[in-house]
Amino acid sequence: MSVGSSDGPLAAVRRPFEGPNTMGNSPAFWLGFAVAVVALAALPVLFGLYAAEVGAVFLAYALLGMSLAFIWGYCGILSFGQVAFFGVAGYAFGIVAINAATLTGLTLALLAAIAVSTAFAAALGYFMFYGGVRDVYVTILTLVVALVLYTFMGQTAGGEWAIGDARLGGFNGMSGVPDLAVGIGSTGVEIGLLGHYYVTLGALVATYLGLRALVNSQFGYAMVATREDEDRTAMFGYDTTFIKLVVFTIGGAIAGLGGVLFTTQNNYVDPSVFGITAAALPVVWASVGGRTSLIGTVGAALAIQFVDYRLALSGSEWALVLIGSLLMFVVLVMPEGVAPRLHEYIVEYREDADPSPAPQEPPAATEEVGD
Amino acid sequence: MTGTGLLNFGFEFVEIFAFIVLATVGLAVIFGMMGIINLAHGEFILVGAYATTFTFAAGLPLPLAMLSGVVLTAVYGLVLERLIIRHLYGRLLDSMVVTWGISLVMIQLTRIAFGNTAPGIGIPFGQLPVVDGPVYYLVLAVVAVGVLGGLYALFMWTDFGVRARATMQDESTARSMGVDTDRMYMSTFAIGSGLAGLAGALYAPVLTVTPEYGTGFLIEAFVAVVVGGASVLVGTVLASGLLGTVNAAVTNVAGTFMGQVAMLIAAIIAIRLMPDGITGLLADWRENRGESQ
Repeated sequence: MSVGSSDGPLAAVRRPFEGPNTMGNSPAFWLGFAVAVVALAALPVLFGLYAAEVGAVFLAYALLGMSLAFIWGYCGILSFGQVAFFGVAGYAFGIVAINAATLTGLTLALLAAIAVSTAFAAALGYFMFYGGVRDVYVTILTLVVALVLYTFMGQTAGGEWAIGDARLGGFNGMSGVPDLAVGIGSTGVEIGLLGHYYVTLGALVATYLGLRALVNSQFGYAMVATREDEDRTAMFGYDTTFIKLVVFTIGGAIAGLGGVLFTTQNNYVDPSVFGITAAALPVVWASVGGRTSLIGTVGAALAIQFVDYRLALSGSEWALVLIGSLLMFVVLVMPEGVAPRLHEYIVEYREDADPSPAPQEPPAATEEVGD
Repeated sequence: MTGTGLLNFGFEFVEIFAFIVLATVGLAVIFGMMGIINLAHGEFILVGAYATTFTFAAGLPLPLAMLSGVVLTAVYGLVLERLIIRHLYGRLLDSMVVTWGISLVMIQLTRIAFGNTAPGIGIPFGQLPVVDGPVYYLVLAVVAVGVLGGLYALFMWTDFGVRARATMQDESTARSMGVDTDRMYMSTFAIGSGLAGLAGALYAPVLTVTPEYGTGFLIEAFVAVVVGGASVLVGTVLASGLLGTVNAAVTNVAGTFMGQVAMLIAAIIAIRLMPDGITGLLADWRENRGESQ
């Protein structure tokens, strides 16, 4: 323990975000977290606007990855179709925004897009969990939903597939989606390139902290209990079906938020967001980073997409081969993912250095999380 | 409905039924036996298609080219099972994630090695009289029924089938009775892969072969497996029959796309009503009847 103690002035601020369900409850972790956020915030300053443009896309992907880590890692719902909510929100934003490109309209578009993806997740979740669909079937159904959307959006090339001024555009996608803006009437801000980067970063950090608070709350305990043993949790009187529905819906909302930020960054969305390759990416990030670690998934998303981007820039076609192999390697060699494994090492190291168990991180809780 | 209308519907049904059966059966064998949903199923189909196209382009007669597609895919599946899949038995979700990794790698490797197109094969046998469609679709239907019959015979009548079903029902008991369950899994996986290769080979003349070729089979295959449930043969037949009927009926009236949509809606309703698939419902029903007697 090199930095501070649990009685420091920041302890009270940290408390809602800490608990047995998250890794990294030490001052050292939060210091590292702050450094990482500052480094990300400094990225446009250091590398210019173009870096912000590319970086915002990665950050939007990180939100998508986090939505999967949340539902899979903390509630055991493996969804292969998180991209469905991501893409649906993107399309919904495009449709509203193209038809009403005013400040009010764009604000409404943002709200509508997140509402649509949330409602879509709630409907799908209700249908699955209250219909008794379980485990592998949930995974396959969510993937089928994404693939069906891919097929459906792909055949919307004709002129009859237009909602108002917004043409869905088939495989060519929907172009001319306006930038993000917030306001009513003539008062408000249009969010430009640099602004968009910071909005995305802010959304990511806020979502991260929000989810940490949630998983360490009473509800979070119930979520994890549902993941560990659904029948037993139900025996204790928890409505596990409802818990799964709520978790899945929140996951859909977060993926939708990511989708809006992704679409507004590119000013464009096409059916490939629903495709099988796109659908695999969140699974790769969560598996590699560690699905029980939100920050691990975010880190994996940023790192993998950065490498993917550099490879694409250099004209290499090997990115997907690399990503697929990485996925296989990680699941075979460290099924829990990189971040939980690292966390284990750190905890062991600290125990070696300090014979009395550290108060912030009881080893028993660590084992539960590492499951 | 007029005579030709009925014929058209019949032909449509036969075509779709054959497609769903052939697309599903390899996946269903592996799922029913080991509970693994092979996300690389589409790419096993791809192997079969590429092997067929390239051996055909090299001058092999079409039936032999297709056979080589089947054999190559089976061998390929065997190798993957030994190298990767066998480490994942009992880890359902992990096995799905890993097979997805395999799928990503294979699609991209195919693209790197062969580019975005492959040599085409003309549809053999020419056109049917009366109904608008190639004779080849009827051949496909015959093969589909033959595959189902062959699997039935294999699982019900042979020694191998008995061992395989024993492994499926209760692995530890089967092993204690002297069944080499590891080997059972290996051979079932190879059979499933070979059947996927067969689908790829048979549809190589009909569908354009590209690196994404396998993805075109996935929706039907996944939906049919989920609707069918864990019992391989009965599930596949009933699910393909149900989905094929809905698809063919609507396609006949409102076109291919609406047929697809109707099929998926039917699948969704079926899954809502029968979360364990058709065979899950049948098992429940049988149990209830047993109790009441």
